[in-house]
Amino acid sequence: MFRPRPDARPATIEVLVDGTPVLVPAGASAAAAVLLAGLPAIRETPVSGSPRLPLCMMGVCFDCLAEIDGVANRQACMVPVAPGMRIARQHGARAARP
Amino acid sequence: MIHDLAIIGAGPAGMAAAVEARACGLSVLVVDDNPAPGGQVFRAAEAAAPDPAVGPEIAPGLALIAAFRASGAEYRPATTLWHLDPDEGLLSLAGPQGVDEARARRVLLATGAQERAVPIPGWTLPGVMTAGAAQIMLKTTGAVPAGRTVLAGQGPLVWLLAVQLARAGAAPLLLETRSTGLAAALSQGGLWSGRRLLAKGLALMAEARRRGVRVVRPVRGLRAEGTTRVERIAWDGGAAPCDTLLLHEGVIPQTHVSRAIGVDHAWDAGQACWRPVTDGFGASSHDRIAIAGDGAGIGGWEAAVAAGRLAALDTARRLDALDAAGVAARSAAPLAARRAALALRPLLDAFYAPPASVLAPPDDVLACRCEEVTAGAIRAAARLGATGPNQMKAYLRCGMGPCQGRICAPSVAALIAEVRGVPPETIAPLRPRAPYKPITVGQLAASAESAQQPPQ
Repeated sequence: MFRPRPDARPATIEVLVDGTPVLVPAGASAAAAVLLAGLPAIRETPVSGSPRLPLCMMGVCFDCLAEIDGVANRQACMVPVAPGMRIARQHGARAARP
Repeated sequence: MIHDLAIIGAGPAGMAAAVEARACGLSVLVVDDNPAPGGQVFRAAEAAAPDPAVGPEIAPGLALIAAFRASGAEYRPATTLWHLDPDEGLLSLAGPQGVDEARARRVLLATGAQERAVPIPGWTLPGVMTAGAAQIMLKTTGAVPAGRTVLAGQGPLVWLLAVQLARAGAAPLLLETRSTGLAAALSQGGLWSGRRLLAKGLALMAEARRRGVRVVRPVRGLRAEGTTRVERIAWDGGAAPCDTLLLHEGVIPQTHVSRAIGVDHAWDAGQACWRPVTDGFGASSHDRIAIAGDGAGIGGWEAAVAAGRLAALDTARRLDALDAAGVAARSAAPLAARRAALALRPLLDAFYAPPASVLAPPDDVLACRCEEVTAGAIRAAARLGATGPNQMKAYLRCGMGPCQGRICAPSVAALIAEVRGVPPETIAPLRPRAPYKPITVGQLAASAESAQQPPQ
């Protein structure tokens, strides 16, 4: 869980994290929005179903895989937030959608 | 259009190379997967500069970023290189506008560093992150960990982050794992020529203590404990409640692309990692590929700036935009700057050498986070005959998960070396495959269609 410092970086962009509106600063990543929203996990692993949150925040570890605007398996730490972006937890392996 | 120089990465090396190459009259393309220039050290620097928590350390990067933006280089932020054909100079890219290709006469990899994996018991628990991750949160969003924060490990970044978190009102408990004595490190020399960097480091340590950072040292046997998230950090002889655990045992070059394209690499014993083989001007074993900055061996941002400039000058010479006298005249300053910036490096490498348990973790620790493979399983497979990380993929799938071995490959190789009783440099590193980053099937199909179009 992360605590914002609005005096340093005002939160101006609203995104939906698991359906809940969250205000985050411009320049934040989708993974940062999940950490600011205080979700207990961003995904559960395909192998054992164990919960994970982002580890590296710089595109290396792939622990922040999430479903963003309907597309699964995206590296949330590499996706800058945009107004109205929908960020959802990913449970296990990503599902193929028609 | 064919660019004279394509640069992968807009960190200190990439930005400096772009500025220098433009000054030599070359056409330059810069591809970077972050939304703003700066790399990790100057991540989001333009936005973060007014924040007093990180401002002092970010300020030195602002002039370089401004020069880069004004350089006339074509800059493509938020764009990922997912394949590189070195023979053709062909870059396959994915960005906000979809997928496309670019061509260049010379390609400079300036991919920077990544944090060394710190596999300890419990390191997959939510709430355990790298120190760099917390610093990226601070730089990109201004946010700090809420609750009790523990920073565990060693290295210059640990002290810097402790200070920055403390300035932001979130002073961590610092568990320093350093076990090398000062005397052993001092024998590496470099004290006088590296005195400016050394003074900076000592000032940071003093500021950390002044701002209330509590330090426990030396700490061994670290383990993160909790059920659904980290709740406690324990070590041999102590424990503390913990809401966020930040781990750091130094950085290693990001060699994913350089290994994928197959340029020569050499084992760096001082930094316990592989690095691409380059000459003094960044030229790799492939005649079209240069590599500069931390991606060619950890040296820090000032060395990276110098290396980027040198690689650009060498490119200009190869493309006949600069003669030998011009290279000599322009390279004197960056050569001297790089020497000064690297003077303290052997001392830092010795002082902050990672413990053996970090390189080759205990049996019950998950070494591969993606496929959830323990170090014990890797040791067992090594005893069965797996001779390297490439073969280990077939045994246990480690290196085949989403991260493609970015995190686990060094641990896997170290575990194999340990079991077989051979030096680490005898275990060939993992050979990554394209796509380097995930792309959708739709993007792949679109790139096939664009490849069928006649060239414009």
